[in-house]
Amino acid sequence: MAARPTRLILTTLGTVLGIAALVATVGLGQTASGQITQRFDLAAATRVVVQPEEKGGQEGEAATQLPWDAPDRIQRLNGVDAAGTVSTLDVGDDLVRSVAALDGQKDGHALKVMAGSAGLFDAVRAVLRTGRFFDAGHDRRADKVVVLGKHAASRLGVNRVDSQPAVFIGDEPYTVIGILDSVSGRAELNDAVIMPNGTAKTAYDLESPDAVEIRTQVGAAQLIAGQAPIAIQPNDPSTLNVDAPPKQGAVRKGVESDLNALFLLLGAVALLVGGLGIANVTLLSVLERISEIGLRRALGAARRHVAIQFLVESVIVGFLGGLLGTAVGVLLTVGVSWVRDWTPILDNRLAFGSPLLGAFIGLVAGTYPAWKASAIQPITALRGT
Amino acid sequence: MSERSETWMSETAVALPAPVVEMIGVRRFFPGPPEVQAIREVDLTIGQGEYLSIVGPSGSGKSTLLHLLGLLDNPTGGVYRLDGVDTMSLRERRRAVLRGERIGFVFQSFHLLDHRTVLENVALSMVYVGVPRRERMARARVALQRVGLAHRMDFAPTTLSGGERQRVAIARALVAEPSLLLADEPTGNLDSANAEAILEVFDELHHEGMTLAVITHDDHVSSRAQRQVRIVDGTLQW
Repeated sequence: MAARPTRLILTTLGTVLGIAALVATVGLGQTASGQITQRFDLAAATRVVVQPEEKGGQEGEAATQLPWDAPDRIQRLNGVDAAGTVSTLDVGDDLVRSVAALDGQKDGHALKVMAGSAGLFDAVRAVLRTGRFFDAGHDRRADKVVVLGKHAASRLGVNRVDSQPAVFIGDEPYTVIGILDSVSGRAELNDAVIMPNGTAKTAYDLESPDAVEIRTQVGAAQLIAGQAPIAIQPNDPSTLNVDAPPKQGAVRKGVESDLNALFLLLGAVALLVGGLGIANVTLLSVLERISEIGLRRALGAARRHVAIQFLVESVIVGFLGGLLGTAVGVLLTVGVSWVRDWTPILDNRLAFGSPLLGAFIGLVAGTYPAWKASAIQPITALRGT
Repeated sequence: MSERSETWMSETAVALPAPVVEMIGVRRFFPGPPEVQAIREVDLTIGQGEYLSIVGPSGSGKSTLLHLLGLLDNPTGGVYRLDGVDTMSLRERRRAVLRGERIGFVFQSFHLLDHRTVLENVALSMVYVGVPRRERMARARVALQRVGLAHRMDFAPTTLSGGERQRVAIARALVAEPSLLLADEPTGNLDSANAEAILEVFDELHHEGMTLAVITHDDHVSSRAQRQVRIVDGTLQW
């Protein structure tokens, strides 16, 4: 075996490829399905919403009021990326239109009017199509500015903000400073005209925010869900309702097992080929070493000694192939993940079990050649040159 | 040969110093068709310390006889006792052990492992006898000194001359301290000078008390032995 390093390498090649295919496909399968679920879940998995206990108390009112500084309190928690309040305004019969109403004119759009703190947009992952979000300054000064959701903007016929267009809510003009392209989680913002809290307080006597939208770091949602009520309402946290994402769901498991079944099948086929390769080369090596086998038998080796010798060799070849293949497979998984900017995920059991699988394949593949070798009669072996 | 005389002989074997080899009516037929009667009715006794040559033309059955003597093959019939042990009733595993312990082989084509050093080749013959590795190496060194190859221990066999290789093979055969040294055409692949050196090694071994059986077609090689038997058509002629 050691006498023919080139052949040793070529022999292990089949197993190397097989194990590498197995490790890489399973590794990439796990990595990819990890990424898919991560992408599906990212927005949902990091969203926490806090709102007061449903109305239905003694006076038919909300059990408690959220404080205006709730986002600041939340922001102090470790694991929070952004937080902001959101409220739906009661605008009565006020319609929204993009040109000033003439006397008695009643056309216009019954759009939802909402209010938020400056942090709201970040908290709901809002993306701007054009313009800008309002900030804490607008809020403090109660500036009459609004940001339009994308559907609201198209209904109002507003698609540019560089000319500082105005929309009218009732008879009051507001300057449009930005148009949203997308939000996640709170989809109603797409249909709404959104103004700063300060403006809403002045114009519509908003008393308290309806809810606090929180965007957490990945994996922190459960923790924040537990801490948020206490941070906002230390005296009576139980009066607050918290919406948090469930634990990693069963959907992901299903996707993984589907992918892995296919990948495992591919790896198994590659391994079969690798095993046949070992069997083939071991058989060749038995034929080449007939005289050595004969000599060993003459020196007192029993049939089992000869069989064990070849079995050990094929197991070592299989193990080496498994070891190399695992290394190649892990490198492939990490390499592809690096290029695709994924987080590589690989089961430890796979990494440690694969070399053993290689050894097992060597054992199975070596059985027939070993039996063949042990059946060689020493006299045939020693005859001739 | 009758059962009665067999019994008589085994009884005497207890009384007298047992011969190394005792073959009575040994046959070896290879099933055909056509059936080949390679060895028919061979009676052969080799006493301790004897130097015997078995000479015969090719096809006479001498290789088959060597294989039978060396426990590499089973007789079709007859009795073969090696060191007083009846080998006919032994199972394969036990025969392998007996072969490793009691018989040293020297082949025409040396049969050295090319990828092992000379020392390792010699030590190999003690692996299956169960000698610990350290002792194997020590004994292999002594054996190589005995055949005059102490300076070649770490060489690969491929770098040695034919005569040197055969001396390595002899060292390998001797190192496990066998009862019988079996040589099959030991000089067949050697020039006359090297052949002479090998025959001198055999003479020395004979003087040291080793039991040797040399199988050859060469009358010159045969003449060096203490006793010659000729094999023709599967039977021995004295």
